[in-house]
Amino acid sequence: MTRTVAITGVGAVSPLGVGARALHERWSAGRSGIEDGYGRASEFEPKEHLSIKEVRRADRFTQLALAATKEALEDAGWEDGPPGDPDRAACVIGTGIGGIGTLESQHIVMRDEGAERISPLSIPLLMANAASGVVAMKHDLRGQSFGTVSACAAGAHAIGMAERLIRYGDADVVVTGGSEAAITPLATAAFTKMDALSDSGISRPFDRRRDGFVMGEGAGILVLEDEEAARARGARILGYVRGYASTSDAHHLTAPEPTGRGAAKAIELALKDAGVEVDDVVYVNAHGTSTPLNDRSETNALKAVLGERAGQVPVSSTKSAIGHLLGAAGAVEAIATLLALRDRIAPPTLNYEEPDEGLDLDYVPNEARPLAAANGRAIGISNAFGFGGHNAVLCLEAK
Amino acid sequence: MSTTVTREEIEQRVFKALEEFGAEPDQINPDAEFESMDVDSLDLVELAQIVEDEYGVQLKGEDMEGVKTVRQAVDLVMSKLG
Repeated sequence: MTRTVAITGVGAVSPLGVGARALHERWSAGRSGIEDGYGRASEFEPKEHLSIKEVRRADRFTQLALAATKEALEDAGWEDGPPGDPDRAACVIGTGIGGIGTLESQHIVMRDEGAERISPLSIPLLMANAASGVVAMKHDLRGQSFGTVSACAAGAHAIGMAERLIRYGDADVVVTGGSEAAITPLATAAFTKMDALSDSGISRPFDRRRDGFVMGEGAGILVLEDEEAARARGARILGYVRGYASTSDAHHLTAPEPTGRGAAKAIELALKDAGVEVDDVVYVNAHGTSTPLNDRSETNALKAVLGERAGQVPVSSTKSAIGHLLGAAGAVEAIATLLALRDRIAPPTLNYEEPDEGLDLDYVPNEARPLAAANGRAIGISNAFGFGGHNAVLCLEAK
Repeated sequence: MSTTVTREEIEQRVFKALEEFGAEPDQINPDAEFESMDVDSLDLVELAQIVEDEYGVQLKGEDMEGVKTVRQAVDLVMSKLG
């Protein structure tokens, strides 16, 4: 049995505001959510979205996931839990680091006040699977529930796994995505120490002057459903997860393989998984971190796969507007990709002014542009690559 | 440690903690069961920490066994103080 995986709802909290539409519309309008070198989800006020108990029982990364889930389920038209059998409803949510804010604050408590004063909530708040556990508990998702951990590819891996769960018949609906809240003293200092963060505080993917990524936070959640079941309940279908693939560079702890070999393979396999050709791809949402290494190797990978069409397909980076949301990036950017394809618009790569040698794709500099469908279909890919050499690629189609 | 701490003071402190834990204020009263206020074992560990900070009374896991209501919790603190 081959099942088709429909996307019936999306929700996002990002530096561009609370809401998936806010992300899409503000980015498309050329607005940036980055201030003072950070992409904070500053419009997110937990108590506006969650009960006192939920706020207390969740690290910020789980709070963000809960808020994004709330929007996604409303968007999908769910009421009081999943449609159909709750045992057939799954939950897969990725994160890069999990509850590092809780870990840091509790370590300070232990150092200054002693082990006796540690909160009994420490572990359940900081564990990387907390978001998937808490979301499943709140919304009565009784099928498979787990987190994915692959640094900045975690959100895309989660959606890929969710797609497989439905396609293989293990679940009928999956709440999936990624979440991250790692703008903390330790994480920031550590990324700084490895020279990964931008000194200028400007996210300018693919530009010659790019000097590292800008840290962001947020969450993106999608509701995936077996298309037949979604149609049977009269759900509105936003689009489809057509294909997914994942590879490993097997090269270096943090640096991408320079030729983009592993990334290219993941893109190629995702297109094959989707049953589409290179000619069908009308938009690429790049990983585009604004680091010297990623943007070059990713460009190499895209050239290798797109061949003659490289230079014709618009390629843009959401990170130019919101920074790098680490484990949430793949999910928030999948949502941005879907909405761009739906509205037939290629959002821009902001701050792109000076071309770099060899980086000569169509990066959609600074202004959004209409997107042409190919043979009536709007198909795009969303790339996510993570420290550890993890590459995850999604092939999405909008209705 | 003040020896003049009253039952009312302890009760009020427990009420305040329960509100911080997310219990609905109109459900909080001396005979309300923790379970009915959605206050679970993790919350009670925190409550024990608060009591220790405020009154210097150590409540261990076994002390809390069978404690189901605010009144029982206050009784326990009073007996430890006494």
